[in-house]
Amino acid sequence: MSNHSSQGLRKDEHIVIVGASLAGLRAAEALRRRDFAGQITIVGDEKYAPYDRPPLSKHVLTGHLPIEHTPLAMLEDVRATWILGVAATALDVEQRQLSLSNGERLHFDQLLIATGTRARPWPEERGGKLDGVFLIRDRDDSQQLRERLARKPGRVLIAGGGFIGCEVASVCRELDLEVTLVERGPTPLYGALGSSMGSIVARLQQQHGVDLRTRTTVESFEGDAAGRLCRARLSDGSVVEIDVAIVALGALHNTEWLQGSGLAADERGLVCDTYSRVLDAQGQVVEGIFTAGDVARWPQHLCDGDLIAVEHWGNAVDQAENAAGNMLSAETDYRAYKHIPAFWSSQFGINIKAVGLPNRGDEVMVTQGSVERYRFVAAYGRQGRIIAAVSFDQGRWLEAYNTLIEEGATYPPQLAAADQPENMQSQPAGFPAMARHA
Amino acid sequence: MTQKSKIDFKQILDHSHIANPYPLYAQFRETPVALQEDGSYLVSTYNEVVSLLHDPRISSDMRKSDAQKRFMQQAKQKREEMIAQGQQVEEPEEIVPAFIFQDPPNHDRLRRIVTSQLTPERVENMSSHIEQIVKEHLDKHAQGGQIDIVDDLAYPLPVTVICQLLGVPREDEAQFHAWAEPLASVLDPGQVQTEEQQKQIMQAGRQMREYMGQLLQKLKAQPGDNLLSGMMAADDIDGAMSPRELISTAVLLLIAGHETTVNLITNGTLAMLRSPELLERLRQDPELIITYVEELLRYDPPVHFRTRTALADIQIAGTTIPQGATIILVLASGSHDGQRFERSEELIPDRQGNEHLGFGSGLHYCVGAPLARVEAHIALGEISRRLIEPKLALDPPPYRDNAALRGPRHLPVNFKGLRS
Repeated sequence: MSNHSSQGLRKDEHIVIVGASLAGLRAAEALRRRDFAGQITIVGDEKYAPYDRPPLSKHVLTGHLPIEHTPLAMLEDVRATWILGVAATALDVEQRQLSLSNGERLHFDQLLIATGTRARPWPEERGGKLDGVFLIRDRDDSQQLRERLARKPGRVLIAGGGFIGCEVASVCRELDLEVTLVERGPTPLYGALGSSMGSIVARLQQQHGVDLRTRTTVESFEGDAAGRLCRARLSDGSVVEIDVAIVALGALHNTEWLQGSGLAADERGLVCDTYSRVLDAQGQVVEGIFTAGDVARWPQHLCDGDLIAVEHWGNAVDQAENAAGNMLSAETDYRAYKHIPAFWSSQFGINIKAVGLPNRGDEVMVTQGSVERYRFVAAYGRQGRIIAAVSFDQGRWLEAYNTLIEEGATYPPQLAAADQPENMQSQPAGFPAMARHA
Repeated sequence: MTQKSKIDFKQILDHSHIANPYPLYAQFRETPVALQEDGSYLVSTYNEVVSLLHDPRISSDMRKSDAQKRFMQQAKQKREEMIAQGQQVEEPEEIVPAFIFQDPPNHDRLRRIVTSQLTPERVENMSSHIEQIVKEHLDKHAQGGQIDIVDDLAYPLPVTVICQLLGVPREDEAQFHAWAEPLASVLDPGQVQTEEQQKQIMQAGRQMREYMGQLLQKLKAQPGDNLLSGMMAADDIDGAMSPRELISTAVLLLIAGHETTVNLITNGTLAMLRSPELLERLRQDPELIITYVEELLRYDPPVHFRTRTALADIQIAGTTIPQGATIILVLASGSHDGQRFERSEELIPDRQGNEHLGFGSGLHYCVGAPLARVEAHIALGEISRRLIEPKLALDPPPYRDNAALRGPRHLPVNFKGLRS
């Protein structure tokens, strides 16, 4: 397959990328940057060219960033055929063929699967179709919600206190809207950061006037005769009068279309090896098919090669780069994917950043700064090693923690930092038992 | 393994290398982290310097270093002995270290107050003044002949600018000349050896602080649109600046304004007069000055090294720097690291991806960087544009003693006149 010519590599090869978002675009760019001279086709089920999702739950909702300004910068002329507004519906590994929702079939020599995730929907029978119930995943969702919030509705309810839920709660308070946040766990960000850090976020939210209801879930949304949302029934028996509800209950991996393909795909994601090559249901490598981004489940070196899917921006970029590089390499030159996850969020004026795998931590300890001021760094430990760190408005230190994580430095860390708190104490990180097997 | 090798920091301090320390740095980089005879560690490679500058385990507070603790202990003993002998001994003055010699969180508070006043707008508003000052200084030499770039432009310009920004009356500027140089010499351990020098530094410090205290009193009664008035009035969530903090911050900004930009402008003039081709390019393409100044900050920067203290044992580049050790970060060597910069020993005026260490990196990144850039852009732009047939009268020029804040003492240039 490999042939070098003065015009570039592999002129006669056709690489298809399924998924036209961050990972898909960055992969196409990486292929061209590495001199791939063949054909690239990018299939995406949304009608839009690749756009940036992080602002959808932040600046787009506040109105600071017009939705038209969200497209991703094209860093490279990818010279691709774009098939947008069309979903891949099936994969025939044997025939190297994709079926598309428009009825067409697409042949490929190599394939990159970057179909990502979608927002977990709210069941229709519990009010999911009412006017005023929103999800946030794509630009239409965000645009519609923006328009609704700009009309100064009455109370907004957010179901789910993960990052998206917390960010939207922050936006609502910034827009001076009444907001109720309903979270199943004991604190916001329970699944992402654990209840120890989560309780700090809870205090932050309460100080900003969020009506926080923890250990509570929404039973149902109810509407008026015209189908307009008007109240939510909660698991504690209370009823909240609301105009808008935002469902932020996490993401589902877009793998249904791979049923019957023989690949190791299920609701947890699509399994690949450390070179981003997908595996079949028997655990065998499938030649020429790679995956990257939110949908990929890969062996993470920080936790003994356990398979994890990392639904963060940085992972989409780095893994796309890894997959693209390996697609154009001989097997002997494959590079292993050794990514240390990192993510950020901004809420209530605080920039939260993390590196590593917080939800793999057993314990956590504030190592620098002041919790009271919401300016601090905390390190997570797992079996005596530092596995993650999170910072509140102190992102400047995370590079150093990243190095400690890479080196497998001991936990509790011996930093003796100038701004370490007086009574440093390691505490249970407080994660739900479920989060342990991501 | 730790190596006690030929990498010897004292060589930097030795004046014989001052005109061109870069070959020495190249030797240093063969051992990225090198233990010195006195127990300190010399760090010379880009990645290691950057990583330490971003590490929470290092401190900028000299009081935390073993060497400084020993020194303070000795000084205390000596005082006690003198008292025991019935001698009159002055109580040592309690000095608040300036924020570059402090750590978070107090450093952050002080720096926030400074940056809240040293705003982009304030810097931008200075640019027409800077143009005016440069013009005035150059116009004095309309007939050509000889100009000393240091005394006639590179030194007075930043001094006037920083005084104006801070709110120091221009007529008081001259007093600072005598104070600034001894105070800046504390950054170069090679220079502070005799008791006489120590005394001189202490005295300069005391006088400058006294002056500042009085000036602050005046500004308190009559605030103006300047940094000192702004810092005095500024509030911060963690508390305003105390009078002592105000004084040490003001002294720091004044010294920084006196002793750094002068070298950037002088080094920049030296480099362009050494290369007729470069000078011509700058004349043809005035926009090139932007990347040229960045390249200067990499290639021949005003600040060559800074020291830190390890707060914990730090493993780096196969060595463990023990807690309490002094770490010498040779920024100028990091900026010449061939692993990081292609053709690292060449001056490439349009270099891309130039993340030099000329202003440091991390939380102590030079707070005056935007001001230094504006001054250098304007001064170097005008020197290249206006001087007709400029030639170095002396190459290499004589250098000042300070190896940390390194630059020529004089840079005499012969030229035939000025373009308008």
